[in-house]
Amino acid sequence: MERMRARVLVVDDDPALAEMLGIVLRTEGFTPSFVSDGERALSAFRENGPDIVLLDLMLPGMSGIDVCKAIRAESGVPIVMLTAKSDTVDVVLGLESGADDYVVKPFKPKELVARMRARLRGSQDDMPERLTIGTPGLRVVVDVPAHTVTLNNAEVKLTPLEFDLLVALARKPRQVFTREVLLEQVWGYRHAADTRLVNVHVQRLRAKIEPDPENPQLIQTVRGVGYKAGIG
Amino acid sequence: MARPIIRTWRGSLQLRVVAITLITSTVLVAMFGLVVGKSITDGLMDNKIDNSRDVLEDGRQQAIKELSGLVGAQDTALPRVATELVKTLATQPGQAGSQYEVLLVPDPDMGEAVAPFRDGFGHPAAAASVEVPADLRGMVADGRSGYQPITTTVDDEPARPFLVFGTPLNTNSIKFQLYYFFPLDNETGVSGLVSTTLFLGGTALVLLLAVLAALVTRLVVTPVRVAARTAQRLSAGLLHERMTVKGADDLARLAGSFNLMAENLQQQIVRLEEMSRLQRRFTSDVSHELRTPLTTVRMAADLLHSSREDFPPEAARSAELLQDELNRFEDLLGELLEISRFDAGFAQLDSDAVDLNPIVRSVAESFGALADRCGVELRVNVPAVATVAEVDGRRVQRVLRNLIGNAVEHAEGRPVDVELAASDTAVAVTVRDRGIGLKPGEEKLVFNRFWRADPSRARQTGGTGLGLSISVEDAKLHGGWLEAVGEPGVGSVFRLTLPMRSGDRLLSSPLTLTLDEPAPDTNPDHEAREAAGGVHSG
Repeated sequence: MERMRARVLVVDDDPALAEMLGIVLRTEGFTPSFVSDGERALSAFRENGPDIVLLDLMLPGMSGIDVCKAIRAESGVPIVMLTAKSDTVDVVLGLESGADDYVVKPFKPKELVARMRARLRGSQDDMPERLTIGTPGLRVVVDVPAHTVTLNNAEVKLTPLEFDLLVALARKPRQVFTREVLLEQVWGYRHAADTRLVNVHVQRLRAKIEPDPENPQLIQTVRGVGYKAGIG
Repeated sequence: MARPIIRTWRGSLQLRVVAITLITSTVLVAMFGLVVGKSITDGLMDNKIDNSRDVLEDGRQQAIKELSGLVGAQDTALPRVATELVKTLATQPGQAGSQYEVLLVPDPDMGEAVAPFRDGFGHPAAAASVEVPADLRGMVADGRSGYQPITTTVDDEPARPFLVFGTPLNTNSIKFQLYYFFPLDNETGVSGLVSTTLFLGGTALVLLLAVLAALVTRLVVTPVRVAARTAQRLSAGLLHERMTVKGADDLARLAGSFNLMAENLQQQIVRLEEMSRLQRRFTSDVSHELRTPLTTVRMAADLLHSSREDFPPEAARSAELLQDELNRFEDLLGELLEISRFDAGFAQLDSDAVDLNPIVRSVAESFGALADRCGVELRVNVPAVATVAEVDGRRVQRVLRNLIGNAVEHAEGRPVDVELAASDTAVAVTVRDRGIGLKPGEEKLVFNRFWRADPSRARQTGGTGLGLSISVEDAKLHGGWLEAVGEPGVGSVFRLTLPMRSGDRLLSSPLTLTLDEPAPDTNPDHEAREAAGGVHSG
């Protein structure tokens, strides 16, 4: 694939790690820029307009969670968290604040790059197609090439990841997707990884398109198996 | 019906004390009342008998004197004298009206010629009579004096108790019998009054004792009940619960000691909570502080490793060693942090309804390459239908990785079987190898931290020695079991059993923990055994 060198904003307070990340990222064909504290992260984000953000969760000044929320509030750009904590609370908190994926320190450089590529790749294999799920009273239409989603003809803003998740489910309505399959299709994990990623993002997606997220109709849970798109 | 009563009886100290007091005091008061009542009645009676005997003796002497003037039964003066006599005898000095009845009966020896004479309080009428009891009559006829208490009627009056005295009157010429009927109204009245008084007094006393017992036990039982309730609340986690201390008596001391105990408990608990919190904080900080530089080192090592071909041989080999040892270091750090999480008691179960079949398969598949390298056939046997249980998928995966990894490593080229089964209440996975096995006693030791069966053995997977310890903790966190059996040269079997529903208690496992080779699988519910060795989905 011929792509421009993707711009990466690295938000990390550890200078050694940042420098090392820079070396690795440049080797891998990215154009990194750096910011070392939370408060300046947002302005740096606006200045650089990166294609992807690498965000350390523990930052001086504004916490990584808040930075994540602030960026997410104005952009759907992919965010990959770097975290030293793998406890569920920490991971889920990060994902809920808007991160698309996370890598736990110490990560292998290849793993990080694979995660970033998976997020940047997006759904570029888009064919001209329109997908429809839901009932006549609650209709969600996904225009895949245009990257737009409408709920009862009103446009809904989704992040690229949420969009990919919705497309994956909507392409085969009624089919039940296990979390593992979704991890592979949407996140690009080859081996079963952390299913919390799926759970959190399904919740986020539901919050945007379901009238009653507690009682979902469009994206239904199949107990013990996974999720499926509802169709009327 | 009887059961609630027994339960109340056993359950209430107050009830028991009151009941026992009631019963014993009733018995004591009744005995006392009977003795006192009887001695009063007896005394009254004795007194009456003595007085009556005196009256009788006086009467007898007077009668003999009066009657001795008569010549015989045919004496014409007899009716007059006799009538006069009984009148005199019935009249008491200083008293208006007679208190008793006097009866003068001619002796049967004198024939029926003479009618009896009587006087006293009675109202003689034609048909009226008094009856002298036959025993007494016989006694007097024999010439002896005597008395007898009877209840009888005098004339038309209602029956009353009497003390009847009789004595023979023998003069030279005449034989009479003299009877006195002393009414016992007074004595009966007094003894009735005494028994009524005793009864009422006794009853009142018994009730009073019962009430007193109830009050006293209440005084003791209430604080004890309060203490029990407070203790329950304390153990339910309301650490600020205390008893009120009133006064300086034993009960106040009970409350005081209780509060002191609660205070100490609370301090201990708060201290432990604080320690746990600090430990957690420390682990978290260590984790972060170590992991950040380690990430940098890791990336640097990776970079060196990938360009090692450009280095002189010594540097290239160093880069390889650096890479390998970093892997070990990372694993060790991760597991140490995990263990410290368990030790601090803040490991959290993140359970969800999960189908275990794909988990078992994918873990087995991830060991395919290692199995191939060791020449081990890795066979997986899972039910054909989904095995959905409420478990923490990540932890189960980790346990399975440890068990299967160890089995492949120790299988010595012989097949490894992984079997998954479920019952209504539990799911179980057994991992069986046919390798070096375990020596007696090692079934427990394998779960110890940093324990190695044979320290000199070459390690292939570079395990940290913490894997099984963590797996045991993971199983415990689910309320499950992780057990092992083994025999040197035969092999070993590890079994993980988890409750079907999170929080349930395990009673049995769907799979047996035995080294005996399983019979060839004929169960159509199971998929054909598949060789997972070398199978890769990616």
